[in-house]
Amino acid sequence: MLDQLLRDTGARTALMVERSGQMLATVGEVPRFDHVAFASLTAADFSANDQLARMLGENEFGALFHQGERESLYLADVARRVILVVLFDTSTTLGLVKLRVRGAVTDLTALFEELFARQDPSPQVEAGFLGDAEDEIDRLFGA
Amino acid sequence: MSLINYASREINCKLVYYGPGLGGKTTNLEYIYEKVAPTAKGKLISLATETERTLFFDFLPVDLGTIRGFKTRFHLYTVPGQVYYNASRKLILKGVDGVVFVADSQVERMEANLEAMQNLYDNMVQHGYDLTRLPFVIQYNKRDLPNAAPIRELQESLNPGWPIEDPAKHRPVPDPDRPGEFLVYEQDGVWIERVPSFEGVAVQGVGVFDTLRTISKRVLKALG
Repeated sequence: MLDQLLRDTGARTALMVERSGQMLATVGEVPRFDHVAFASLTAADFSANDQLARMLGENEFGALFHQGERESLYLADVARRVILVVLFDTSTTLGLVKLRVRGAVTDLTALFEELFARQDPSPQVEAGFLGDAEDEIDRLFGA
Repeated sequence: MSLINYASREINCKLVYYGPGLGGKTTNLEYIYEKVAPTAKGKLISLATETERTLFFDFLPVDLGTIRGFKTRFHLYTVPGQVYYNASRKLILKGVDGVVFVADSQVERMEANLEAMQNLYDNMVQHGYDLTRLPFVIQYNKRDLPNAAPIRELQESLNPGWPIEDPAKHRPVPDPDRPGEFLVYEQDGVWIERVPSFEGVAVQGVGVFDTLRTISKRVLKALG
């Protein structure tokens, strides 16, 4: 779905970021920036703008656009849980990106809502994980 | 809530350092950033004012490596300490897995500590989270200052505990970090649970990793 979006728009990269700031997926050109930091800032950006929207009496800003000289970002909400980020340059246009993202968001929303509906609310990790993780915490953070 | 991504086999946990302004939250993250092995840490990002007061948040990702096939990572955040940035504080708590309350031990800051603690409870409730059920630890910072309040007073004010209703949990639990004290204890016929607490001097790194180690383990334990 995201590959198709990139082909349709001529954008370089599409990223899916969870609202709490964790990267879910990257498609297209591998970004040169630190993707962990990028995800955290994207989530904060979207959350801050949500609050601004509410101040105006809007439920949310469903999409955000950040324009640079060469690179730009278009961000769109998916199912109130995930943010779709499209990174594009001057080889395409904002209008085309907006148009195609709108269609992609509809499809992605249906997909994520189905995923969330069937997701186990308390996913388990395998036995032994906790012991190994505690050892690693002691090693990394000094016992 | 911890994000376990089975497709990419990743576990990401969000830890938030909360507390009054100038209490040492950012200093905790800076010390961690300075001391953690370069391969285990990402960039420290600070959205701060020109005077280095946190405006939105500080962010530091720390990688625990791959454990039983899962790449495990902690995302450490601080919130702005100043009350007028409450909207930002609340946003950062979204999706939180564990909270560290960094209290300022100075007697003069007691009111600010209490205000920040109350604000933490209020913001958690607004997100639908129950702080008594979420991994939570307190760090009493600035223990080196001459005007630091006694730990006993700080504990009584900021960590009074809450009653435990489940009879299965009515048994004393010693505090591993405070010999002779208990995290679960009976008082006047009521069973009380307190959160772990640590004494810190964050600028020197004292208590910083004790705090981080405990909250990290509690968060992973909560994964099941």
